Amino acid sequence: MANVERPLSPHLQIYKPQITMVTSITHRITGVALAGGTLLLTWWLIAAASGPGAYATVNGFMESWFGRLVLFGFTWALFFHLCNGIRHLFWDAGKGFELPTMRKTGMAAIIMSVVLTLLTWVIAYSMGGAS
Amino acid sequence: MSMRTPLKNVRHLGSAKEGTTHWWHQKVTAIALIPLFVIALAYVVSLVGADYDRVRYILSLPFTSLILLLLIGATFYHMKLGLQVVVEDYVHTESTKVVLLMLNSFFCAIVGLAAALAVLKLAFGG
Repeated sequence: MANVERPLSPHLQIYKPQITMVTSITHRITGVALAGGTLLLTWWLIAAASGPGAYATVNGFMESWFGRLVLFGFTWALFFHLCNGIRHLFWDAGKGFELPTMRKTGMAAIIMSVVLTLLTWVIAYSMGGAS
Repeated sequence: MSMRTPLKNVRHLGSAKEGTTHWWHQKVTAIALIPLFVIALAYVVSLVGADYDRVRYILSLPFTSLILLLLIGATFYHMKLGLQVVVEDYVHTESTKVVLLMLNSFFCAIVGLAAALAVLKLAFGG
């Protein structure tokens, strides 16, 4: 392309990260990741329906360190997509578009997703994880 | 200040010929998924460390089946709509796009139906 004088939108690599863009792209990434996560839920349900042997296999995976890591990531992705999704619902209702509000709710979504993830795991461990 | 012709506004279906249907269904499933997710998560947390018989018993209760079937329906439809937008945003070769959109529909239908069948089997025994 010769002589491009019109303003070009900056590439992501040189764009200073902002809370609005970070939450936006993370919403999409967690959404796609959750689509993969549905395979885990489906595997678990099919195994439970199949019998003790199949269930032991899926349980063995979930209790391994790798399984735990995947489940932890799955939990956080769910909570982030939920918290940020609620922001989207407010935007759809025409509310919360002011920049300071956007930054505040974005920060809140990130913090809430981490807090709720940790809370879920603490409760899970205290209830049955010891056995 | 609209950039659309009056005729376009009257038909109000846009270039995809389906108006706001996609957006609206995404919103309805999103709202439905909030309580369904919270209830389903409570089930999962309560089943941590439970043995097979206990899991099987909880999953055979009618209320569990109801929640799980609603969750599966809303989740896989929401997921189909969401992944469709991702494909439409990033894939611009028409043939590749159409193939990926079809695979997305098939994937969501197959995995969603498989999950639902497992729930039904758990509900009705066998």
